[in-house]
Amino acid sequence: MGMGFVQVTITLVIILALVKPVGSYLVKVFDYERTGLDRIFGPFERAVYRIMGVRDKEAMGWKQYLGAMLLSNFVMLILMYLVLRLQKYLPLNPDGIDNMPSAQAFNTAVSFITNTNWQSYSGENALSYLSQMLAVTFPMFTSAATGFAVAVAFIRGLIGHQDNLGNFYVDITRAIIRVFLPLSLIVALFLVFQGVPQTMQGAVEASTLEGAKQTITRGLVASLESIKHIGTNGGGWFGTNAAHPFENPTPLTNLVHIVCMMLLPTSLVYAFGLMIKNKKQGWAVFAAMGFIFLVMLATVFVAEYHGVTALTSAGVNGNMEGKEVRFGISESALFTAATTAATTGSVNNMLESLTPMGGFVALAEMMLNNVFGGKGVGLLNGLLYLILSIFICGLMVGRTPEFLGKKIEGKEVKLASIALLIHPVIILAPTALALFRPESIASISNSGMHGLSEVLYAFTSGAANNGSAFAGLNADTNFYNVGIGLVMLVGRYISIIAMLAIAGSLAAKRVVPVTTGTLRTNTPLFTGIFIMIIVVIGALTFFPALALGPIAEHLAMPH
Amino acid sequence: MKHVSSTQLKKGDIVRVEAGELIPTDGEIIEGLASIDESAITGESAPVIKEAGGDFSSVTGGTRVASDFIVMKVMTDPGESFLDRMISLVEGAKRQKTPNEIALATLLAVLTLIFLIVIITMVPMAGYLGIPLDLATLIALLVCLIPTTIGGLLSAIGIAGMDRVTQFNVLAMSGKAVEAAGDIDTLILDKTGTITYGNRMAAEFIPVKGVTAKEITFASLQASVKDETPEGRSVVELAEKLGESWAAAQYEDAEIVEFTAETRMSGMNLANGTSIRKGAVDAIKKYITAKGGRVPGDLEEIANRIAKAGGTPLAVALNDRIFGVIYLKDTVKPGLKERFDELRAMGIKTIMCTGDNPLTAATIALEAGVDDFIAEAKPEDKIAAIKKEQREGKLVAMTGDGTNDAPALAQADVGLAMNSGTMAAKEAANMIDLDSDPTKLLSVVAIGKQLLITRGALTTFSIANDIAKYFAIIPAMFIMAMPQLQAMNIMHLASPQSAILSALIFNAVIIPLLIPIAMKGVKYRAATADKLLARNVLLYGLGGVIVPFVGIKLIDMLLHGFHIV
Repeated sequence: MGMGFVQVTITLVIILALVKPVGSYLVKVFDYERTGLDRIFGPFERAVYRIMGVRDKEAMGWKQYLGAMLLSNFVMLILMYLVLRLQKYLPLNPDGIDNMPSAQAFNTAVSFITNTNWQSYSGENALSYLSQMLAVTFPMFTSAATGFAVAVAFIRGLIGHQDNLGNFYVDITRAIIRVFLPLSLIVALFLVFQGVPQTMQGAVEASTLEGAKQTITRGLVASLESIKHIGTNGGGWFGTNAAHPFENPTPLTNLVHIVCMMLLPTSLVYAFGLMIKNKKQGWAVFAAMGFIFLVMLATVFVAEYHGVTALTSAGVNGNMEGKEVRFGISESALFTAATTAATTGSVNNMLESLTPMGGFVALAEMMLNNVFGGKGVGLLNGLLYLILSIFICGLMVGRTPEFLGKKIEGKEVKLASIALLIHPVIILAPTALALFRPESIASISNSGMHGLSEVLYAFTSGAANNGSAFAGLNADTNFYNVGIGLVMLVGRYISIIAMLAIAGSLAAKRVVPVTTGTLRTNTPLFTGIFIMIIVVIGALTFFPALALGPIAEHLAMPH
Repeated sequence: MKHVSSTQLKKGDIVRVEAGELIPTDGEIIEGLASIDESAITGESAPVIKEAGGDFSSVTGGTRVASDFIVMKVMTDPGESFLDRMISLVEGAKRQKTPNEIALATLLAVLTLIFLIVIITMVPMAGYLGIPLDLATLIALLVCLIPTTIGGLLSAIGIAGMDRVTQFNVLAMSGKAVEAAGDIDTLILDKTGTITYGNRMAAEFIPVKGVTAKEITFASLQASVKDETPEGRSVVELAEKLGESWAAAQYEDAEIVEFTAETRMSGMNLANGTSIRKGAVDAIKKYITAKGGRVPGDLEEIANRIAKAGGTPLAVALNDRIFGVIYLKDTVKPGLKERFDELRAMGIKTIMCTGDNPLTAATIALEAGVDDFIAEAKPEDKIAAIKKEQREGKLVAMTGDGTNDAPALAQADVGLAMNSGTMAAKEAANMIDLDSDPTKLLSVVAIGKQLLITRGALTTFSIANDIAKYFAIIPAMFIMAMPQLQAMNIMHLASPQSAILSALIFNAVIIPLLIPIAMKGVKYRAATADKLLARNVLLYGLGGVIVPFVGIKLIDMLLHGFHIV
């Protein structure tokens, strides 16, 4: 446990050390002023704008910005769907894989355009190399860039003086060219060095020691793997995701994966502070998210090390079920806490085999959906709770609540309420529906409380655009494919629409000057209240479901 | 002239009201002077004098002409008069919701919806685990969880806030105005009448070189015995306090010289030929020089010193000799400095508006402790000052009474008009002070803040309550099927029935217990936002978490102790 603790600490220190430099770099990326970087990236971007016919100086109001985002996402979604449905007839299919059925193709296309990366298929048997590139790796870049763009647009609204959120096409292009491509290139090369395959050639046949035939699938794994974590995507090339030795061969790649998925969500919070010219505010949000993350990490860490009492008495310490020996308990616990916090969704161990409280952590982080969260949208969700906290606290100091000098009034609260409401609805309602239908109950492999967790987890993962699977649930049925597909769509776009509308409304508001009567939102006191409000609202919403699932299961274990 | 029913009067009609009659509706006197008994709306029994023209020409429907008669022009249409508005305010049913109320109501509605979904979805989840759920238990849980407490009290808090304002004898035209008062960043206050008493009073008698203090005191007394102005009376008072007295008989046949704008002095000529004068320093100087007297060398210095200190110097002369100067001082009302300090702590800036010269204004400003002042202010300057503050995004409140204040009252976010003021001023304002006491604006600000705090505090309390209710009801619901959930019964409630019943009873009991807080408002002390937040979060947030745990446990003990369940 001591060694595990050291490993976890080192990883967290690396992440923390990168927050400031990367955050400052992000601010430069989305600042339209000329910088030295223009000389390197400018020519590429100008070429892209020329091809797309984008006027890069054109400013967009919130509706235009939203329109551009929805349109481009929709076009990509259709393209991805078609590639999956027609992969048999398309090139780069060395293993001769058949077309994907329509419900699963819908689910998969939605999954990757929404940055969820829920996989009801197994990559090595269900996707051609072209599909892996066009319907998986490609949207891993664009969906992450979309999330980034929306978050930056929201921040511009917070500090703006008119309804001008920037230019969506410029933001998404800059995010890809200045952040994701360079980073992915470096990480992919490192992964190749560590033994991750990167080839266009099909599977190889090998003879095992007993002389049996074994088919070893491979492909363009390193290029997918790098953006998978940098873009908090999480969808693996192989079905077993980052537990597969070709995706995550060494402890070193494991470290790089964890750092990659936490890198941008954490840095973005710091960048937020820089962009609103209130670093303390950025750190306050960071502290709140960081605190919840540490508590969650500690819970899963302790739960897994503690293991199961019944087994401990039999001489087996800790819970190693479903874990890779090369990572051990501590790296698996850290990976689990990080992948559900940053809503990446890749896994290096089987979550279903976690202790009930370990599984609880993964569920809870996705239910809160703002513990750093996915690219951009995690910050947006955090800011949603921040707005609610400001509203309640603002009233308690006797002024109409205001954030960064902008008044939070009926319209903002209405929009924030929509975003707040949608998350529990799309988790609880489909879970209830699934548990009501005998056909969908048939997909559950474990009965009882653990089975309930399986279904609850699937929809929570979809709603939070996380994509990790608890496993144990056969999600490749029409019900789950379409259901989780719709949940992912609503979970991503409704809250983005509401938040951009808030940005548009706030941007047009006058800035109220700060006085001693103004609620300061960057103090330790407010940060504490902010944490409490996140936890209390989350707890009030999900407590009954969690009580019936992991909590009851935990309490039922002999102690 | 004909008799008409008051309900048929329209804007612009001309009405004559005789002594003893009720004034039919709001209007402006266009002819006559009368004493009006306004006790019906102000509660003040002494009648006030109202006359055509000037700033005291407005009359209110429902008040009574006590003597003489007036001819008035009707200024409001039926149903829109002051009294009508008062009645509709009191009715409260058609009350317009304020932006903050709408925002809060939305949030509560969404929470309710979330709880509804939580409870409905629980049924299939429990069903999958083979646990049947009782409909009554589900409804009990729903009733406990949804924010009924605050929801039920929301309107009451709003109306109670308006009512508190009314208890201060201030009429708010809308709840919005009261709430806006809590958001005020800047207060623009008239110096005269608001910060100072407005009537200058004698503070000191200062002799010139060669004159004793007793001499100047007596000369000042003589110069003022027949002066009935407040200034004159204050001179007599001060002199008597200093031990001087006068024999009324001696002055029986004295000739009184009235103050005129031209001479700018007053006094009297005694039968024995002695002439006594007091007046503006330069006027007295001229008067003495003309008589062949000598202006004392230190007179100028004394006068300047007084002017610099914000006072008014009045020179006193006996025949051809100047004895000294009366120091007239505009006194700052007691306790104001502390109130301005409070306002500063709340982050509210105060600006004093005065027609005085900058020097005098600066002195009073310092004495009263306001943050800023506008000297030699004209009505346009007031509007300019309001607009300047508003451009910076601030909310501005001001008081006013004259017709020329009306544009500024309309421009300000919160305008408090004096009931003694003109109809135009009252129309433009969104609050009217029946006592015509401009300092009340400070209380209104506090009430506005208290209103918002009460809402925030009770919402927080109500939501925090739900935590304990979960811990009471969830284990109770499932304990039969999942005995392990007994670990979650942290209150150790006796049985599932008593747990659910206790939570329900607590829920029912807490609302009436909170009504007094909703009505009176939470305790409000002027402090910085950080301190207020810390205090209220501790009290209503943490309190809201703990109280139901204790309450539900107590009720459970009672229920169990008396073998009710």
